Amino acid sequence: MKKTMYEKIWDSHLVVEAEGQAPLLYVDRHLMHEVTSPQAFEGLKLSGRKVRNPHSILATMDHCVPTKDRDKPIADPIAKKQIETMADNCRDNGLNLYDMKSPNNGVIHVVVPEHGFVHPGMVVVCGDSHTATHGAFGALAFGIGTSEVEHVMATQTLPQKKSKTMLVQINGALSKFSSAKDIALAIIGKIGTAGGTGYVIEYAGSAIKDLTMEGRMTLCNMAIEAGARAGLVAPDEKTYEYLKGREFAPKGADWDKALAYWQSLPSDPDATFDCIITLDAAEIAPQVSWGTSPEQVIGVDATVPAPESFSDEGKRKACESALTYMGLAPNTKITDIPIDFVFIGSCTNGRIEDFRIAAEVAKGTKVAPGVTAIAVPGSYHVKEQAEAEGLDKIFIEAGWEWRDPGCSMCLAMNGDELKKGQRSASTSNRNFEGRQGKGGRTHLVSPAMAAAAAAAGHFVDIRNL
Amino acid sequence: MEPYNKHESIAALMNRSNVDTDQIIPKQFLKKVERSGFGAHLFHDWRFNDDGSDNAEFELNKPIFNGAKVLVVGDNFGCGSSREHAPWAIADYGFNTIISTSYADIFYNNCFKNGILPIVVSKEQLDTLMAEISANEGVSFVIDLAEQKVTTPGGNGFTFDIDPFRKGNLLNGLDDIGLTLLHADKIDQYEQGHKQSYPWLWA
Repeated sequence: MKKTMYEKIWDSHLVVEAEGQAPLLYVDRHLMHEVTSPQAFEGLKLSGRKVRNPHSILATMDHCVPTKDRDKPIADPIAKKQIETMADNCRDNGLNLYDMKSPNNGVIHVVVPEHGFVHPGMVVVCGDSHTATHGAFGALAFGIGTSEVEHVMATQTLPQKKSKTMLVQINGALSKFSSAKDIALAIIGKIGTAGGTGYVIEYAGSAIKDLTMEGRMTLCNMAIEAGARAGLVAPDEKTYEYLKGREFAPKGADWDKALAYWQSLPSDPDATFDCIITLDAAEIAPQVSWGTSPEQVIGVDATVPAPESFSDEGKRKACESALTYMGLAPNTKITDIPIDFVFIGSCTNGRIEDFRIAAEVAKGTKVAPGVTAIAVPGSYHVKEQAEAEGLDKIFIEAGWEWRDPGCSMCLAMNGDELKKGQRSASTSNRNFEGRQGKGGRTHLVSPAMAAAAAAAGHFVDIRNL
Repeated sequence: MEPYNKHESIAALMNRSNVDTDQIIPKQFLKKVERSGFGAHLFHDWRFNDDGSDNAEFELNKPIFNGAKVLVVGDNFGCGSSREHAPWAIADYGFNTIISTSYADIFYNNCFKNGILPIVVSKEQLDTLMAEISANEGVSFVIDLAEQKVTTPGGNGFTFDIDPFRKGNLLNGLDDIGLTLLHADKIDQYEQGHKQSYPWLWA
């Protein structure tokens, strides 16, 4: 039978499918951070169970960590306790932790690929919805809840329902000014935040082949914003090239065995998908979200939609309430929307290539009066690399703050946040009400678009720069 | 986990779609290392005014919904972050049943781990139930999981589908980990094969 990549990974990880029970899937890699794990460790301890395979786990601290003054104690006592609890739990269970002081520290979904911890064909989980990122390597990677974190620690398996398969085919070539972020937003704009519910998405087509590994991570990262369980890209030469030589990548004879396996993973040519969506890459303009859901997104050359333009009553009401929250009038040109804050970073856009393109746009500019702009590398390794290339100087000379790594303003748990009514251009993944601070207004964009907005004080069509 | 028993309860109405987990439990409450006490912060930013007083405009602050165990909500409930703090907050507040047309995937799974029954209905059914509550606020529904049936005084009752495995676990209050460990020999066996096939994963 012809199989999709998802079906191949599923079949090779099926431990048992007992009558009347959900199939049990084997888990190869378990990623952890400080926010969604403490209650799982507590549960494990209370039931007298142990971590079955400590080597399958890699942990970091990212959500709560400060991105400046890292040498001082954490001011927030509750965050401090969470950080300390993570360190205790990892020590007690013999887990590999990149703590705040480690040169390997950073955002979990940035750090894990840097060390080659995820390979094609694996099943990867983390108590974090953006685990979908690792689908860029052709791994089945998805977010789980804290009870499931405990379940995986205790059993190395997870009861799972098989998903349907969706092929998102992006043909043609992306224009110079659009990026993986714009593809991700355009897809969500097309199918909606529930469009992928019940599916695993496989991204294919020439525009996906052309993306770098970083770009594929950005794309798969946002599969969850389309409601999908996971996103996948077939592994190819770029994938193997990226992995080769990294700390946890196979070595010597193992490399050849692994490579042969990886090359067997792509979907068979005439495998059947439950649903197929097609987009033309050339038509994807740089995207800007205007509302409070990632599906409320539009090209930078467009205007804010009016509620009347939606025929569906639910969407009309959602538009009305989003415009009220966002303080926007219908038909405002996107390029006329002023901003107060710019954030470049997160597991979506906190990798080296994101800072390269943003620095290219920021070079020789100044942050507009009244605007605060922060660049938050996804990891210390990204930070070092950027500094080696002199990117930090470009940002600092342009009036940006150059920070230490962490999730920072993507979810604003660590004190980096918008004040009520402030408006941001943000390279993160969610524009929900209050996501970046109570009353804060978030517009999701690519790194290049964010850098251009910082200099202008409003959104800019970077195709006209 | 407590077994899920048949019950009759007030059904509270929240006619909003795409309610995300950032709204269900905002991030400032995610720093706790315990599982309990999240109900006090459920829907915090909608529920309370800036000075900490109750927001009288917020649906669930209507006294008539006090003690409701059933929450009737719009499409795609629980989208966004994987935080299990969301169902912890919902259960701690007192809800054990949600009725909607659709749920985000991770949230849906998390409900079952916490004794919450997420019922899926059609758009038409949801509209009818919402209309019944609007016309008669404080109305109680009977939820019978064993029979997969909801009964309402307005005669808008219906039967619903649910995965039999999940149903059994909810009804019996069973712990998933214990159930999985009944297959410990199968897991060991699989792992041996896995080591042979993918030795680099174990190097």
